[in-house]
Amino acid sequence: MTASPRDRTDAPPRLALSHISKSFPGVKANEDISLSVRPGEIHALLGENGAGKSTLVKIIYGVQQADAGTIAWNGDIVSIPSPKAARRLGIGMVFQHFSLFDAMTVIENIALGLDEAVDRDELKARVAKVLESYSLPLDPEREVHTLSVGERQRIEIVRCLLQKPKLLIMDEPTSVLTPQEVERLFETLRQIASEGCSILYISHKLHEIKALCDTATILRGGKVVAACDPKVETTRRMAELMIGADLKQIEGAHGGKVGSSRLTASSLSMPGEPPFGTNLKEVSFEARAGEILGIAGVAGNGQAELLTALSGERLAASPAMIQLDGKPVGCAGAGQRRAAGLACVPEERNGHAAVPDFSLAENAVLTARYRLPLAPQGFIRLGAVRRFAQAVIGRFDVRTTGPAAPARALSGGNLQKFIMGREIGQEPGVLVVSQPTWGVDAGAAAAIRQALVDLAARGSAVVVISQDLDELLELADRLCVINEGRLSAPRAVADLKIEEIGLMMGGIHGAGQAAEVAAHA
Amino acid sequence: MSDTILVSIIMTLVAASTPILLAALGELVVEKSGVLNLGVEGMMLTGAVAGFAVSLTTGSLALGLVAAVLAGIATAMVFAVLTLSLTANQVATGLALTIFGIGASSLIGAGFVGRTITRLGPIFPAALSEHPGLRAIFGHDIVVYLSLALVAGVSWFLRSTRPGLILRAVGENDASAHAIGYPVIAIRYGAIAFGGALAGLGGAYFSLALTPMWADRLTAGRGWIALALVVFAAWKPGRLLLGAYLFGAVMTFELQAKAAGISWLAPEVLAMAPYLATIAVLTMMSLGRKTGRLDAPACLGKPFSAS
Repeated sequence: MTASPRDRTDAPPRLALSHISKSFPGVKANEDISLSVRPGEIHALLGENGAGKSTLVKIIYGVQQADAGTIAWNGDIVSIPSPKAARRLGIGMVFQHFSLFDAMTVIENIALGLDEAVDRDELKARVAKVLESYSLPLDPEREVHTLSVGERQRIEIVRCLLQKPKLLIMDEPTSVLTPQEVERLFETLRQIASEGCSILYISHKLHEIKALCDTATILRGGKVVAACDPKVETTRRMAELMIGADLKQIEGAHGGKVGSSRLTASSLSMPGEPPFGTNLKEVSFEARAGEILGIAGVAGNGQAELLTALSGERLAASPAMIQLDGKPVGCAGAGQRRAAGLACVPEERNGHAAVPDFSLAENAVLTARYRLPLAPQGFIRLGAVRRFAQAVIGRFDVRTTGPAAPARALSGGNLQKFIMGREIGQEPGVLVVSQPTWGVDAGAAAAIRQALVDLAARGSAVVVISQDLDELLELADRLCVINEGRLSAPRAVADLKIEEIGLMMGGIHGAGQAAEVAAHA
Repeated sequence: MSDTILVSIIMTLVAASTPILLAALGELVVEKSGVLNLGVEGMMLTGAVAGFAVSLTTGSLALGLVAAVLAGIATAMVFAVLTLSLTANQVATGLALTIFGIGASSLIGAGFVGRTITRLGPIFPAALSEHPGLRAIFGHDIVVYLSLALVAGVSWFLRSTRPGLILRAVGENDASAHAIGYPVIAIRYGAIAFGGALAGLGGAYFSLALTPMWADRLTAGRGWIALALVVFAAWKPGRLLLGAYLFGAVMTFELQAKAAGISWLAPEVLAMAPYLATIAVLTMMSLGRKTGRLDAPACLGKPFSAS
């Protein structure tokens, strides 16, 4: 299955880029990039945020036009003036930022992604077939705003698969999947590749690239710095090529001094937001000073509800359900909780964690004013705000023009770095964060993780809600799994096997058993 | 109450509701595409004066209706060029369009004040349209039936056709629609033209059917009612029909009450009644629903420029 595609070296490459360059005002996004993808090959495109991967694939997909260079498709020079032209050639793309319509159903979203009109019943049948043959759980009649990020991504994948592409571009596809889901996605991708479709796979998760890809092209600063066989090259070497420096190991994770409980949830129950929210059922946990508590789980099992319950966006039924440093805060609002030292970072960056049209400095005021004297007596201290924002930008290496840049102008990874920096910079007593490094490149993710570990080491309690198990195993001292709104008892990470957690996340142990475990806690 | 009074109430009600229904239906399509055109009143007025002027000079009501539609589209295109091609602010441009429409219609209509034409009559033969029992169903003019057909048509278009789906998608997330490859600006031009056509037709209903004459500000603010109806009807054509007819019903009641000389209610209160009743009923209808905020197209009023 894996050997045959790579043997077809005599055929012209499915896609060959020669000397592609693209400049934006003030920045050379791509400079003299050449690469070729053979039929049936899974080709990795590696690089940090700002390395030019997104620009390159946008050129291939016809969203943007190259300033110089040529694109050859099956040996013929082609111009790709629009995504429609790209799709006509047989290029499909799953974007990192989804092109979805929140108030519409899954099936409507899929229909919108197709170029030709398809009869509704026929489309339903075709979608059902794709969902079944690739084992993708997705309800075609649900409205998109009720779906988790992981489920939304499946819509994009189904959209592409329906078009029977010859080249599939995947932009950071596994960021939100569980290990089992990743494995299943990989099987799907291998299956697609064995059918002759090439795959251009953008990721910064090196072990995934090692497991999946046949070839890797590494970009840095808009240029190709290396091409290698990821199955042979070491992960560390590829990471260093990518960031152009030595990769730092996270220091001081696991085994810090653990103190008393700082954030406690006791039998926290809360109905989910109708119509599709998950009910939180008797969630109990204790996050102690100096430790990182990881919460794993498949998207849509109550993570969003748990975060809004802890942040104070939705209030608990009784104050005692949530205690911060021993004080009941279950009925205190988000502002009061922030002032008391509970900082929360939701999963959605633009629109929830940050206001897209506000500048970074203004976004800093929004949450940091409670802990830092940025707005005493209601007057904003502009100088202090700018200095704080500038400090965050410097400390977390946020690539931006400065504190006055609007949040929407930053890439997802860069904005996440800024948001994490904003919260960590306030030295909160408790930090609850959902998906801290989703879409963030390896170097920056390491910096964010290190900052979380350091924050815990300074005596704060950190709760990390993530679907990235590697991240949780790297960071967390103890780990719980959330499944259908129930939280399992915490287990020390040292005793856990990755397969064991994966099975718990997938709910194979069943809700009943998870509840039983929780009850014994 | 005798049957004839009931029938005449129904006739008045339908006639009063139709122009609002038409203008609101056009605006609904415009807003579904993500554009907020506050110039409905202005487009109704240019439609009204164009329809009247052409009917009077040619003697053809049909040509008058066509002229009204074209005038509405022409006025709407001023708005479309400013807001879509030049990305001007939609709210300010829409307000300016209304003021422009009031002025332009007044200027064009100056020579037509005080003259009258034969009003638009029923389309069915007298045997049906004058029949005492069936008159309430068959006694209306062509625009009434057209407006009802359009409600069904727009509802079907938005719900069940691919172009309708794409139009909604553009209003829901213009950036995504653009990313997928839909021509956002062209689709919005089309929607605005449709809105202008229906507003022009609605306006002409005043000058060709209701009061077959021209007077300044003939539409008397009905364009604003149409705008409000779209919101209160939660962007759903069926509810829009209900809202427009409800408004017409209470307005008819007001006229009847005045005619009957009811004195315990101040006439000003009666005059307020259609507005209050319509808002109250439509608000109550949207109360019990789960996610009110998702009714409005997410990109409503936001300028879009392809980057």
